[in-house]
Amino acid sequence: MPETIPADSVGLVSPSTLHVDSPLKLDCGRTLSSYDLVYETYGELNADHSNAVLICHALSGDHHAAGYHSMADRKPGWWDTAIGPGKAIDTNRFFVVCPNNLGGCKGSSGPNTLNPETGELYGPDFPIVTVPDWVRSQAVLADKLGIKQWAAVIGGSLGGMQALQWAISLPDRVRHTVIIAAAPKLSAQNIAFNEVARTAIKSDPDFHDGNYMRFNTLPRQGLGLARMLGHITYLSDEAMGQKFGRELRSGAIQYGYDVEFQIESYLRYQSTSFVERFDANTYLLMTKALDYFDPAKEFDDDLTRTVANIEAKALVMSFTSDWRFSPMRSREIVNALLAAGKPVTYAEIEAHQGHDAFLMPIPRYLDIFGTYMQQIAAEVAA
Amino acid sequence: MRLRLDQQIISDWIPDGAKVLDLGCGNGALLNHLQQRNITGYGLEIDNSKFADCIRAGINVLQADLDEGLGQFADQSFDFVILSQTLQAIKRPDFLLREIVRVGKKGIIGFPNFGHWQCRMQLALGGRMPVSKALPNAWFETPNIHLCTIQDFEQLCESHKLTVLNHSIVNHEHKDSLGVRLLPNLFGQVAVYLVQQQNS
Repeated sequence: MPETIPADSVGLVSPSTLHVDSPLKLDCGRTLSSYDLVYETYGELNADHSNAVLICHALSGDHHAAGYHSMADRKPGWWDTAIGPGKAIDTNRFFVVCPNNLGGCKGSSGPNTLNPETGELYGPDFPIVTVPDWVRSQAVLADKLGIKQWAAVIGGSLGGMQALQWAISLPDRVRHTVIIAAAPKLSAQNIAFNEVARTAIKSDPDFHDGNYMRFNTLPRQGLGLARMLGHITYLSDEAMGQKFGRELRSGAIQYGYDVEFQIESYLRYQSTSFVERFDANTYLLMTKALDYFDPAKEFDDDLTRTVANIEAKALVMSFTSDWRFSPMRSREIVNALLAAGKPVTYAEIEAHQGHDAFLMPIPRYLDIFGTYMQQIAAEVAA
Repeated sequence: MRLRLDQQIISDWIPDGAKVLDLGCGNGALLNHLQQRNITGYGLEIDNSKFADCIRAGINVLQADLDEGLGQFADQSFDFVILSQTLQAIKRPDFLLREIVRVGKKGIIGFPNFGHWQCRMQLALGGRMPVSKALPNAWFETPNIHLCTIQDFEQLCESHKLTVLNHSIVNHEHKDSLGVRLLPNLFGQVAVYLVQQQNS
């Protein structure tokens, strides 16, 4: 709980909801006749609407990227390290918009919201949405907010993939794309991890084919396991070693099967706290959106041709210890942009935190990121 | 940002509007200077501590290890590929030189001349590895692992079938002295070469 709001925080914020009544045709072939998008904004939109930046969240993220909802909040929004007055994404200069993705579980239409056609919870019947679907829905939000072109579309991990997709799908609406700790598509290993997570959820007896809400229960065990596995892939061996090592909870080995090592206890905590705040159907949907992401597919698997129409300038960043989406994967994006002759800046940040590094206050990272954002602010006279 | 002596020479050789790749671009001073003449391109740099400077200078900078070559770039995709004051720190200068003329229609290579008389004196009379303003590190800690003389470099170009289109050899005062003109390998401190692949 913040006793006082820090000076470099956006402060107390509250989400808004955009209700859209025009239908959205999805990649899967189905159509959402109407839908809600929940989003937060920080900073002020300038007179010519040129200073807006879109923040795209990752798998388990949401619209609450910065600041606090109340003085009772234990933690600020998920990217408070980067968003705020004077921070890398400077809310004194930019109008920051962060929506909850369609299919999410924090207010935007998704498995845990009501299907307007039936009046019942969507549950597992919510259509699988893709990264291009998200871009389409976010473009509707941009229209409603009067934003013709984003000064930047920014994201890490799955959010970075959205930032790339935005630049590909709607080239004239993106001035800069900032792609952090991402990949141009998932590897077989990435998909394999997602499948283990999905199997954990689906094999939980409380899953009920996704209809757990009807049975007034939650697939806690399965979703918790999925989170534990995911969490291991977000950290590096080194980061885990530094944080926990082989430390024991009680100081001595018990020769039993209960939680003994601190890392076990930490994973259990991650698992139980996640189950309280996240929906299992959304988790399944988000991992599918990740698996399906492959913008080069419709360009004969030629990533250079895929990015050929991009008009945005790109900043791509990766982290040395990230093995989920390693620097090599970011370089695939960079090399395609280079081959297409696009302006791109690429930094490989020395960090031991693994994939999660993109959320961390790493000075070199935030310095490069912030300097790039200042250049954008100068360009759009924010 | 002020240009170093060799960078000024390089800048003079590049026509307006050219497309360039600057290997080991540091804080981006050269590219920033060139951009004012509508010369565009990318800078490669292994150390990202100066990336914020590069971004402020408005240049596209990419983190890359030159020892791995330039595999990310297509053949003849730049008008000029520049390597200034970095050749001596490369693991395989011959390999990088081939990469430079593969990716660039022309290559510009600037390096400190290890054949300068002061270097020779330190080794011949002092019996110690030379330390100078251009090469300030002791032998055991220097990043400059492949030092060469002007003659060495010309021989490398010849053996790799590179045509030397232009070269400039000067001392640190940028003075075109009689000594430098007559005996460049003895009196020149900084050498800059403009090369291209034969038959290209």
